[in-house]
Amino acid sequence: MNRASPRRDVPPPTRLLKTPEGGARAPERVFEVICLLALMLPLLLLVVLIAQAFTDGRERLTWEFLTSYPSRFASQAGILPALVGSACLMMLTAVIAIPIGVGAALYLEEYARESRWTSFIEVNISNLAGVPSIIYGLLGLELFVRAMRMGRSLLAGAATLSLLLLPMVIMASREALRTVPQSTREACYALGADRWQTIRRVVLPMSLPGILTGIILSLARAIGETAPLITIGALTYVAFLPDSVYSPFTALPIQIFNWISRPQTDFHVNAAAGIVVLLAIMLVFNGAAIWLRSRFQRRFS
Amino acid sequence: MKKSLFVGVMMAATLGVCGCGKKEQARTVQIDGSSTVYPITEAVAEAFQKANPGMRVVVGVSGTGGGFKKFAAGETDISNASRPIRPSEAEACAKAGVEYIELPVAYDGLAVLINPRNTWAQDITVEELKKLWEPEAQGKITRWNQIRADWPDREIHLYGAGVDSGTYDYFTQAIVGKEHSSRGDFTSSEDDNVLVQGIAGDELALGFFGLAYYEENQDKLKLLPVDDGDDTNGKGAISPSLETVMDGTYQPLSRPIFIYVRKDALDRPEVEAFVRFYLQKAPELVKEVGYIPLSARSYELARERVDKRITGSLFGGKGSQVGAKIEELLEKEVR
Repeated sequence: MNRASPRRDVPPPTRLLKTPEGGARAPERVFEVICLLALMLPLLLLVVLIAQAFTDGRERLTWEFLTSYPSRFASQAGILPALVGSACLMMLTAVIAIPIGVGAALYLEEYARESRWTSFIEVNISNLAGVPSIIYGLLGLELFVRAMRMGRSLLAGAATLSLLLLPMVIMASREALRTVPQSTREACYALGADRWQTIRRVVLPMSLPGILTGIILSLARAIGETAPLITIGALTYVAFLPDSVYSPFTALPIQIFNWISRPQTDFHVNAAAGIVVLLAIMLVFNGAAIWLRSRFQRRFS
Repeated sequence: MKKSLFVGVMMAATLGVCGCGKKEQARTVQIDGSSTVYPITEAVAEAFQKANPGMRVVVGVSGTGGGFKKFAAGETDISNASRPIRPSEAEACAKAGVEYIELPVAYDGLAVLINPRNTWAQDITVEELKKLWEPEAQGKITRWNQIRADWPDREIHLYGAGVDSGTYDYFTQAIVGKEHSSRGDFTSSEDDNVLVQGIAGDELALGFFGLAYYEENQDKLKLLPVDDGDDTNGKGAISPSLETVMDGTYQPLSRPIFIYVRKDALDRPEVEAFVRFYLQKAPELVKEVGYIPLSARSYELARERVDKRITGSLFGGKGSQVGAKIEELLEKEVR
């Protein structure tokens, strides 16, 4: 409209430098607004996404949907096996990935001497975090499903997802361990504690909030993974619940993907409802991460 | 200490939910393979388990090719396939000592579609489709009037099934004459719903995908009848429908889809019961999930194949065969 108007809103920067009191706030305000926009944009996208999935899937978001088996009739189909499969998968993955991941991080941070060998390992762990997840699926298929004869089971799925999570868990745990000041460790040694006691009583508890946050966030990522699970032979139609770690299984993202690609729009509604459930689970996971962190932080501050 | 408590709780929860120890899964029928066949097998599995409590059927979707890999490795009892087994796959099975029985279970029609606002095109011939889709057409055949002179001088926008799908393989085999060979400058998607959206919003579009996706979106799309130039199976251009696919007049864009059963798995009562249930219920269930059943005689002949344990492929392990009349092929084999 008016070509001159933008000038008036944003005064030329040279003048600002000369008058720090009044004008210096202006660029800061601009920066603040930009930062706010950077925050609002992804948030807005997320809200739109959730709102859309929710309005599309609202009619199927019933207790029945959560407790039914898949069916050829969209209105009778439910996500029970997928929900239980995903939950079992997450718990097994946590049981496998946490001890190994935290253990590896402890070794690298607390025991290993700085050497070419350890920095070589470090670089490789960071690289592994960037490997596409389907590659882990192929590895899992050959290693766990075939060589170790686990079959197309929950255990094989969890082991494969653990591989996927390990680099992330290790890196997050190491970051957390590094936040414990060296002086605290030395104070511990000065009091006569040995290394094991120092780690167990001081270092681990102090870094626990960071470690837990890292673990839970990476688990939240794993729950949305589809490709490696399909590769190792996770199923789409299962009409019973897993009864052992060797049980065949299906998972939420697989069920959602299957429904989305069906021709009938009724199945698309089911997919939307499934997405809402998946998002809700992620929200619970991430909420738990924040809660745990603040709880432990208060104890040690 | 908290840490060990945390791990302890996790372990207890896991064992609690998932139970522990290894249980035999002898009563489970393991199926994997094509996503096209999946809805039928899912429907049969659901009905079967309702009729036979205690027997379990699990179905995975790793594609026809992926399914055959697992089948040859002995990991599955039945493989869903949207095309006949390929020579390389048949070889892998032979090497592993896996004998299989091939059973056609339904037809899948491929539909050629345009936008409803397209007023000029009323039908298309296979010859014209070939001219449009063959690799040589890339970058050259880009306007409607290049296909038929009285069509307008406007751009044509092509949409097609993803190049990793059995649908694409069959379409190229039937139209171009060579499997997996076509022009590359078209919008492709593994998800046919994306193609539906694309064609529904583009006046100049022409695309192909499974008939079931048209049935669900009839108000957004216009079906283009196809003339194969062969008057012995119906004169002129023919629209795909339940009748024209079943009686074989909609050619060449209708294909049989299959299940492959491992011969030694058939000795297990639950597998045999499932396969018999499949062939018995198929005519009804196939229709319910949007596909086209074979003739009653074909299912009868397929049952005979199971009874006599006739192994191998009707197609000689050569892959897709255009215009295959399932009934005739089965008839020949059983004699």
